Amino acid sequence: MATQQSRSAARLMMAPAVILLLGWMLVPLTMTLWFSFRKYLPLRGGDLGWAGFDNYTRFIGSSAFWPSVQATLVIVGGVLIITIVLGIILALLLDQPMWGQGIVRILVIAPFFVMPTVSALVWKNMFMDPVNGLFAYVWKFFGATPVEWLSQASMQSIVMIVSWQWLPFATLILLTAVQSLDSEQLEAAEMDGASFMSRFWYLILPHLARAITIVVLIQTIFLLSIFAEIFVTTGGAFGTKTLSYLIFQRVLESQNVGLGSAGGVYAIILANIVAIFLMRIVGKNLDA
Amino acid sequence: MARAVTNNRKALNTAIAWSIGLVIFFPILWTILTSFKTEAQAISNPPVFLFFDWTLENYAVVQERSNYMRFLWNSVFIAGGSTILGLIIAVPAAWSMAFVPSRRTKDILLWMLSTKMLPAVGVLYPIYLLFIKMGLLDTRLGLTIVLMLINLPIIIWMLYTYFKEIPGEILEAARMDGASLPKEIIYVLTPMAVPGIASTLLLNFILAWNEAFWTLNLTAAKAAPLTAFIASYSSPEGLFYAKLSAASTMAIAPILIMGWFSQKQLVRGLTFGAVK
Amino acid sequence: MIYTVSRLMGACAIAALSTAATAETLTIATVNNGDMIRMQGYTDNFTEKTGHTVEWVTLEENVLRQRVTTDISTKGGAFDIMTIGMYETPIWGANGWLVPLDGLSEEYDVGDILPAMSGGLSHDGTLYAAPFYGESSMIMYRTDLMEAAGMEMPDAPTWDFIGEAARAMTDRDNEINGICLRGKAGWGEGGAFITAMSNSFGARWFDMDWNAQFDTQPWADTLNFYVNLMNDAGPPGYATNGFNENLSLFQQGKCGMWIDATVAASFVTNPDDSTVADKVGFALAPDTGLGKRSNWLWAWALAIPAGTQKEDAAKEFIEWATSKEYIELVAENEGWANVPPGARASLYENPNYQEVPFAQKTLDSILSADPNDSTVEPSPYVGIQFAAIPEFAGIATEVSQEFSAVYAGQQTVEEALAKAQALTNDAMEAAGYR
Repeated sequence: MATQQSRSAARLMMAPAVILLLGWMLVPLTMTLWFSFRKYLPLRGGDLGWAGFDNYTRFIGSSAFWPSVQATLVIVGGVLIITIVLGIILALLLDQPMWGQGIVRILVIAPFFVMPTVSALVWKNMFMDPVNGLFAYVWKFFGATPVEWLSQASMQSIVMIVSWQWLPFATLILLTAVQSLDSEQLEAAEMDGASFMSRFWYLILPHLARAITIVVLIQTIFLLSIFAEIFVTTGGAFGTKTLSYLIFQRVLESQNVGLGSAGGVYAIILANIVAIFLMRIVGKNLDA
Repeated sequence: MARAVTNNRKALNTAIAWSIGLVIFFPILWTILTSFKTEAQAISNPPVFLFFDWTLENYAVVQERSNYMRFLWNSVFIAGGSTILGLIIAVPAAWSMAFVPSRRTKDILLWMLSTKMLPAVGVLYPIYLLFIKMGLLDTRLGLTIVLMLINLPIIIWMLYTYFKEIPGEILEAARMDGASLPKEIIYVLTPMAVPGIASTLLLNFILAWNEAFWTLNLTAAKAAPLTAFIASYSSPEGLFYAKLSAASTMAIAPILIMGWFSQKQLVRGLTFGAVK
Repeated sequence: MIYTVSRLMGACAIAALSTAATAETLTIATVNNGDMIRMQGYTDNFTEKTGHTVEWVTLEENVLRQRVTTDISTKGGAFDIMTIGMYETPIWGANGWLVPLDGLSEEYDVGDILPAMSGGLSHDGTLYAAPFYGESSMIMYRTDLMEAAGMEMPDAPTWDFIGEAARAMTDRDNEINGICLRGKAGWGEGGAFITAMSNSFGARWFDMDWNAQFDTQPWADTLNFYVNLMNDAGPPGYATNGFNENLSLFQQGKCGMWIDATVAASFVTNPDDSTVADKVGFALAPDTGLGKRSNWLWAWALAIPAGTQKEDAAKEFIEWATSKEYIELVAENEGWANVPPGARASLYENPNYQEVPFAQKTLDSILSADPNDSTVEPSPYVGIQFAAIPEFAGIATEVSQEFSAVYAGQQTVEEALAKAQALTNDAMEAAGYR
């Protein structure tokens, strides 16, 4: 159906979006690249000249670099696993007949509406505080010593907070997919005596593959640049310094824009590696 | 659902689902409850759940200290403006990707998504300098544009997946009847895509509302939205759980209420093309 | 500089609205501490006097720092007045980023500002920020618990005494911790405390050639003493406790002693917020007999970024907010215990203020702190709990993160000091000091 005319019309219609995004990508990217080769120290008077690859070697040579890459991957991976596993369970559950289905759905998706800063503050102070937090009361009630969540189980705590925020998103997308399952086919399988596990494995999971792909893709994009939750809860201490947090420290706390920009370039490279992996693993599900 | 379900099974489902739902919702509920306590009750041991002296004192304190309505209006303006602006730019782009696909369509889509991977903090200085040069610092317009650009890839992608599900024959028919391209989009395509557009709008409104890096770093007094409002309550001196809860409740209540009213729309529409 | 349509339009709108040509709207960035929030309540008084109106941008400390530093180093001009501290002021002043606060009015009486404060807020003898309130640190302790432990707090105790008293007061079954101290990562939080403490143990950040000193014995002594003390007598989770967490613990009666900012004295003795308001005593921060105490010096001060169009109005505000009249205004409405402390000598000469229980100890603490001579062995930097060089905030935050990991039991003192030594030297090399 694509005539020459509609093709050029299509290009015309795509132009604003493409040009805007190209600008939004290229302008900061060029500036980041430029700064990354400069000795740019705002507190020492700004741009102090050419730095060659100094910023790059210094950023990667810092003892904080590899742990930060690891922390980033652990958070992304941990949250993905938790949200997808729990999301599937919840989606299947919410698809079952029950009383008050609408209200339960509302309860489950509510965390998605909470600002990351607010959720981090609430979790940190009102739940995970080892003295006044609600968890501490529960632990003490059962005679246990309260866990010092944000220092002793810092990574788990952050993964938990972030998972709480993203679980609704995963559940929603998986739920729409579950709802489109062919129930007759499922019933037929049940009649044939297929156990729940085998029905799940051979019928439900393949059907959900596409939805899972989408959850992985979108969440990864957002989780790679996760910031507010760490800023509020641990401030990068106790091994929770992600790559984007390390860049924040270099740019804003150390006021070394050149060094931070080099970190930004590394972060883009990491994001692209992750993206390529994602495409390899899940890309075939995404016949866009 | 065609299956006959026993009441027992239904009761069991209900019990499990409600328990899980309440556990997930509990932090929000607890925040709302705490906002009605005094600071002393907020940290009392054992914690009080419902039987305390309900007070509006914290809301009064927060309202006295900060002009909530201005923060709220800025949030609405920025989140709404960026979403609508995004839709205006994204609808034509998504239309052409869905109905006039080329070899590069998939690449363009993925490239668009990849622009979201640039870590925001790494480009704070460049963007800040640009904003100063263009006079956009602490303006709602500036933030609207930035948030629109941030969410544009998601908007385009969502719309693209909805448009793709619309059968091409309908468009062919419209064209046979002599509909021009703009008319085709406005009168044929858009009505069919309304559920999709609605959930796109909702999702992006939420994402823009909750964005906390640019909204905090590019504003001062005039354009500051609710994320900045929260930053003034996050760790003040002294006991603050109750006041923090009140401020948090005020920051999330509008979006929470909107989300609840539109949850059917979200549940139905949030597919990202995941359903065939 | 490029003037934009929107700015011009905004300026026109303001000009059209205001009756007097000089009335301005000032945008002021400030921290969400109690005294500043109180000041916001009195904004009307300022507007009545001068006709200028004020827009407040109140932010949590870390967000505020990030926000104002970005703005000033890019000459963004988003704020007409910024609330900054003793660390930023001399550095920014030296860069020419702040308007010198000279030519202040006669009745303002600059000479009344405590020399320790004006000294720390100046560069080359020029004042760049006016102190809204100033603080040192001191010991706040529970008189009842001290008595129950059968001990008596001297006016100027040693760390050994503090260690002994803290362990004696600790009663974990009743959630009484002998001592609460900052352990939270961040140069202005736990970093500030441990640095000030290390001064009294004879440690310093740098030797005269800017070499990091974490491989020296005094640092190992400091950290070991701190960790042992806190493990024996500190609250659970002290590795994440900062000023605010400790304040709240103390107010709930869960700390026997607390060594922290002198401004906290008015919060812990305020019966509205504190359950132990009538049982608090004060003493100077401890030492080890080496000649330096472990108290710091800090001021939250108001400064005007260079390049603002509203310099005159901004100066008027600063004169108002840091004046003797403002102190009287607060005293009249909320009592003398709640006025912003530590900035003016005349406040401590006021007989009404002398009756406030913590007034004298606060002044003694401030007077005993000397940023120009803060370490036992000579050091090349100015500052007690910080070194006033641009690189310090970044380095000290990372160092304090290593220390916090020790407090949480995730690494040993030796490991943390070795990492601190390496990363400090590395950063100083990058900055061209070594």
